[in-house]
Amino acid sequence: MSDALTQTNKPDEKSLATEGSPQSGRAGGLLRSTLVRHVGLMLLALVGISLLLETVSPFRVSQLGELTYFIPAVAGLTVLTGLNGQISLGHGALMAVAAYTTSVLLDQESPLPFALIILIAVAITALVGALVGAAAARLHGPYLAGATLALAVGVPGLALYFEETLGGEQGLSVSPPRASPNFATFMADVTGESLSGQKFTAYLGWALSLLVLLLLSNLVVSRYGRTWRAVRDDEVAAELAGINLGRARVLAFVVSAACAGVGGVMIAIITRLTAPTTFTLVLSITLLVAIVIGGLGSLVGAIIGSLIVVFLRPFVTDLGAEGGLNAAQAANVAPLVFGIVLILVMLLAPRGLVGSVRFAYLTRQAARQAKAQR
Amino acid sequence: MRTYRTRSAAKAVAVLATASLLLAACGGTEEGGNPADTPAAEGSKVGVTDTAIKIGTHMPLTGVAAPGYSEISPGTKAYFDYVNAAGGVNGRKIEYVVRDDVYNPANTTSVTNQLVLQDQVFAMQGGLGTAPHNAVIDFLNEEKVPDLFVSSGALAWDQPEKYPFTFGWQPNYEVEGKILGKYIAETFPNAKVGLFLQGDDFGRDGAKGAKQYLAKQIVAEATYTSGNTDVGPQITQLQAAGADFVIGFNVPSYTALSQLTALRLNYKPKWAYSNVGSDITLVGSLLNNFSKGAVKDGGLLNGVITTKYLPTVEEPENPWTKLFTDVWTKHGDGKPMSNFRLYGMAQAYTMVSALQAAGKDVTREGVVKAIEDKGASFEGPWLAPMEYSKDSHRGISGVSISQIEGNKFKELVPAATTGKDNSPIQKFDKKPFTPTSNGLPNVK
Repeated sequence: MSDALTQTNKPDEKSLATEGSPQSGRAGGLLRSTLVRHVGLMLLALVGISLLLETVSPFRVSQLGELTYFIPAVAGLTVLTGLNGQISLGHGALMAVAAYTTSVLLDQESPLPFALIILIAVAITALVGALVGAAAARLHGPYLAGATLALAVGVPGLALYFEETLGGEQGLSVSPPRASPNFATFMADVTGESLSGQKFTAYLGWALSLLVLLLLSNLVVSRYGRTWRAVRDDEVAAELAGINLGRARVLAFVVSAACAGVGGVMIAIITRLTAPTTFTLVLSITLLVAIVIGGLGSLVGAIIGSLIVVFLRPFVTDLGAEGGLNAAQAANVAPLVFGIVLILVMLLAPRGLVGSVRFAYLTRQAARQAKAQR
Repeated sequence: MRTYRTRSAAKAVAVLATASLLLAACGGTEEGGNPADTPAAEGSKVGVTDTAIKIGTHMPLTGVAAPGYSEISPGTKAYFDYVNAAGGVNGRKIEYVVRDDVYNPANTTSVTNQLVLQDQVFAMQGGLGTAPHNAVIDFLNEEKVPDLFVSSGALAWDQPEKYPFTFGWQPNYEVEGKILGKYIAETFPNAKVGLFLQGDDFGRDGAKGAKQYLAKQIVAEATYTSGNTDVGPQITQLQAAGADFVIGFNVPSYTALSQLTALRLNYKPKWAYSNVGSDITLVGSLLNNFSKGAVKDGGLLNGVITTKYLPTVEEPENPWTKLFTDVWTKHGDGKPMSNFRLYGMAQAYTMVSALQAAGKDVTREGVVKAIEDKGASFEGPWLAPMEYSKDSHRGISGVSISQIEGNKFKELVPAATTGKDNSPIQKFDKKPFTPTSNGLPNVK
């Protein structure tokens, strides 16, 4: 009964939930284990990405790199909003926290190993996420949006206030980490050409993105994921079931903030300058747009949303330029098309691209089952 | 229970495995010398064919910085079209690719990647904005792409040892501050001076220059943060300190805001603004806009003192303004001529000079060397000569002092030149450059 209800009302979660339900470990070998399946999938993805990075042009490599500052942040946001029902307009600011941490730590006489810098930046962002989450746990809907909006507006201002350390309006230059000699030699041996800085950054970004996706995909089908969904769907029922609402919300926010932190590390080393103008409200909203287009709560949707955010603008601008528009006109077409895509998605696929496809599939399956039962 | 434990163990293993992969991937941060970054030897002819040469730029064409600044690249394009119509440079037509970065460094990186890696431009020209351009200066120099005539007066572009491929163009803010400061110290020795500064390099460098001559006269320094449109506290601070002469190193919108705020507070000091903040037409329309029509035009600016390094559209009889207006009429997009377009054309003029100087067999390294060798002798619309050499990549070396009178500029002191820190200010007493009959530079 409850299963049937879930199926009709929340098809997205139903499919996610079955993937991870404990029965899957019962029989059928390794493939039934969520973890093994996800790890396998990620390794496959890593191989796929490596092949892609080695075959496409240097510019495409740089674009694939850019994707990796969106994917972790968008994935974190989609889990927060889609699964836990909290909205955040402040994820751009959380990325700024990580980006500034990374930039300051890299800008030392003898910087720490980069892996450690990543961990510190993500930890600090998670901490900020905990503080915001603690406040956010008491707020709903527009109030929550308002509080996180304040974060998005306020945080870049800190860079101006602490100009000495954070570089003010000009920002901090970032010298991106280089491949270790062993890794560079290894890549040169395998691919037959030397590893460029941008390609290494792209590799690093994809390794981190896939790691984030792996952790999140396991988390959402775990006990925590179920708790978050319960809190989203019915607070009273969740509380009666023994769930501490506040704790669940804060935890969701912390996890989401940590993911934004990974995005922040990547935006710092890809942009090579950390300045307040990068972390305007537009960035936070872009992340929201990506999850809405992709489909709330879907990690695949997060990837698709990020793809659209990164590739649509140059694609449309180039199309406009080829169509005979001048530079200014072509540049203005991009936001227009972006808006149209968003409106079309809202009208035609209100569950987002992935959500709608999944919904159509599940509806058909349900209809078939109903027929069979009859 | 057993399953649970196995699964957690498996999870831990997977996490560790991935983490170690990552650690292995990024061994150290200090090994700077990555040998892989693009082979340089054959890179030097990128973007050049027998019939064309490709120049790129990043500009804010959309977003908050677009008003005004988005007019620069159409100006540049119009002048290039004019040159192309006359046969191009050394038989090569100039192909000009403009990409919108919305004044956001993350976008600047992205579009510069596109310009260099996909569009394969020969050189960058006039990339706009201190923060946006800072994001790509390392990349451009690593890729050995000539990064010419950055559209910003920051001091950062003049570092030939660190950034051999980057060249500044407009006079830096320190130079403006020094020349303006000296004029005020000499002409108004009893003035109590207040500084109205943008809270970044622009304000800081300007103040640094002005203080060399005005240290004893300055009674207050008020700094605003761009984005915050309430300058009441700053203007009140200047008023309370008794400043009767205010120098502003600020962008045009803050010229309008400071004027309106002073009007509201009934504060009537004498005003001076740096070149950036004194575009009469733009400030006039902003005044009208901000005051919701109460202040009609730039009339408030009457008597304001400012610096100049290019002729303006307010002096239609100037031969350079004539030339560029003519070019705009023939090759522009039909919108009115403006000082931003003139700025873009003056940069284009410098670019054509540099390409002429580099000769028929132009390479990326060659154009850099040509500017270092011959740049100081480039003649163009600029009021003070270029300062380019092996040790200097700074560009226009000085400014003149003018006063705004009835929507026109009246020259008070002809152009003077100066260098860094406390190097002296020298008169530039040669005759102003005049355009050649065909309107093209003539560099050999």
